Amino acid sequence: MELTGAEIVVRCLAEEGVEYVFGYPGGAVLNIYDEIFKQDKFKHVLVRHEQGAVHAADGYARATGRVGVALVTSGPGVTNAVTGIATAYMDSIPMVVITGQVPTAAIGLDAFQEVDTVGITRPCVKHNFLVKDVRDLAVTIKKAFHIAATGRPGPVVVDIPKDVTMHTAEFAYPAGVEMRSYNPVLKGHAGQIKKALQMVLGARRPLLYTGGGVVLGNAAEALRELARLLNFPVTSTLMGLGGYPATDRQFLGMLGMHGTYEANLSMQHCDVLVAIGARFDDRVIGNPAHFAREQRKIIHIDVDPSSISKRVKVDVPIVGDVKAVLEEMLRQIKAGRERPDQEALTAWWTQIELWRAKDCLRYNRQSPIIKPQYVVEKLWEVTGGEAYVTSDVGQHQMWAAQYYRFNEPRRWINSGGLGTMGVGLPYAMGVQLAHPAAQVACITGEGSIQMNIQELSTCKEFNLPLKIILLNNRYLGMVRQWQEFFYKERYAESYMGSLPDFVKLAEAYGHVGMTIEKPEDVERALREAFAMKDRLVFMNFITDQEENVFPMVPGGKGITEMILAEEL
Amino acid sequence: MKSRRHIISVLMENEAGALSRVAGLFSARGYNIESLTVAPTEDATLSRMTIVTTGSEEVVEQIVKQLNKLIDVVKVLDLSDGHHIERELMLVKVRAGGKDREEMKRMADIFRGRIIDVTDKTYTIELTGTGSKLDAFLEAIDAAVILETVRTGASGIGRGERVLKL
Repeated sequence: MELTGAEIVVRCLAEEGVEYVFGYPGGAVLNIYDEIFKQDKFKHVLVRHEQGAVHAADGYARATGRVGVALVTSGPGVTNAVTGIATAYMDSIPMVVITGQVPTAAIGLDAFQEVDTVGITRPCVKHNFLVKDVRDLAVTIKKAFHIAATGRPGPVVVDIPKDVTMHTAEFAYPAGVEMRSYNPVLKGHAGQIKKALQMVLGARRPLLYTGGGVVLGNAAEALRELARLLNFPVTSTLMGLGGYPATDRQFLGMLGMHGTYEANLSMQHCDVLVAIGARFDDRVIGNPAHFAREQRKIIHIDVDPSSISKRVKVDVPIVGDVKAVLEEMLRQIKAGRERPDQEALTAWWTQIELWRAKDCLRYNRQSPIIKPQYVVEKLWEVTGGEAYVTSDVGQHQMWAAQYYRFNEPRRWINSGGLGTMGVGLPYAMGVQLAHPAAQVACITGEGSIQMNIQELSTCKEFNLPLKIILLNNRYLGMVRQWQEFFYKERYAESYMGSLPDFVKLAEAYGHVGMTIEKPEDVERALREAFAMKDRLVFMNFITDQEENVFPMVPGGKGITEMILAEEL
Repeated sequence: MKSRRHIISVLMENEAGALSRVAGLFSARGYNIESLTVAPTEDATLSRMTIVTTGSEEVVEQIVKQLNKLIDVVKVLDLSDGHHIERELMLVKVRAGGKDREEMKRMADIFRGRIIDVTDKTYTIELTGTGSKLDAFLEAIDAAVILETVRTGASGIGRGERVLKL
């Protein structure tokens, strides 16, 4: 039977088992919306701004591992979506974004609401397509889902001109796709794995340095087993948090610019470093020349060959699916008798414990003003450490990463690569829809939350009982912190003189608002908020204005050249 | 880190936008492009591109990896890793009147060029060879007589059994 392009789009999404489409209608996608109206296979979530749609789809994907789907119209619909697409791209999140386009005959004529979508999105997608013939539509959508979800995941844009949604073609959804130009390597090279194992078993000061790839590659179980079998210390990037339980003794905390003292020193002084789904980002290793001063052997496991030896030259590259490679390593270690030198390992742990004793995340618990760290710690207690936590970008993001100890993967949802302010609320929407019964908290700042505040309206429409934890210090805190340290306290444009009354704002959107001003009220307020299981509660915590994030590695410095709280 | 000239062959899907993905990759990541040529192969679904670039081993390793990462790219080969041949075509229009006329013909012959268009005052000479041979020709003739030049950029192919194919 012949179907219209619009019918084909909807049928393809149903065939892919899509639960939610996050979107916003407009002229170029009216035919698709008309078909959405007629079906009941998936739900459409109407956001208030296209950026929110893409972030929500992204949040859904991060929390579930499934492909997130967004639908926007041509022109401004697309340009509004670009920040969301770039955010997902930088963090390798599987997503399909369907964009309307002006009719094929109008393309290139500066038509109303026309932009070169494929051109604009090209540098921030894993791949994109412009579908000019309705007969290519189904196979293109199939390819889009395949590309988004396999190898190193990423967003894929499918741009569909309006006339293509009206034309008809026979519909048959392909069972699979074969692409001669796209075949990600998943199985690690046997010889490389062997070499890596020799290094691992010969290590005297080992470190497992894990990243977002562990979460994305569903390798958390394998990582735990490997770390415990070998008694190796584990550190994680911002994106990898939850890949290894944060409350476990072997976990050294996050490393990098705001990493712990013990994690950064271990990173610098280990003799065998196993990088697992991590990419030696500038926020992680600081100055590469300083990092290279110490000699260490590096094994790097990653599904994307271009991530290997990009910033740091490695000794044993292993291209492959992180989970498959770790499982193969485990199998071989278990099959053999050889184990790392226990004496050396004990000495290494003794050293690490000395570093850990510095207690670098200490802060003033006696303060009469609410300390942001305290709010996050209390949030952890009140939620039993089991909440899904989204964040925006800035100081609050780092405190969330440092003080909410994630024990499971996919619980920590934030924009690590692009650092997009405004993601927190729409991320939380996607997460809550994916896990309706879960506790979902959005830790945010008064700068970030205002970047997508309009989505409070979407939350009302879909009854999403999020808990918004606003750490309100009346400053763009991370900017202020840099200005304090590096710009002689010239606080250029980092203070917002006129903030809304967040309680009234929450109430105006139909939610519950609270302002909490004293440390002794923090826990009670959190308990009260989480007891309201069917309401969104917007919690405005008035926090210490001048609290800083420590430790801190200043830009361009080596990772052991940290500023610690006690040094100020 | 020593920078060296590399000539990279890319076999890619012959699809709209494939060229812009490669060009965009080079500009976005700050890689240098000396020349880039592209045309369909004997299999019309495939295009073959030759890119001449300079960079350290590390940078060129990244270029090859990043090219491979493009979904439309089927295969990538750094021809400079082994024996290869490269050729570039140049058309040069020169002023060739009076006593210069015979001299210009002789120079074209020496460089195994062919005169493919003639007027009473000009010659258009077609020259094929490596880039340095074409440079040498331009240096050998009087700069003042050159009216215009157009070059294709290098195309490359591996020697002998070294084949870039599906």
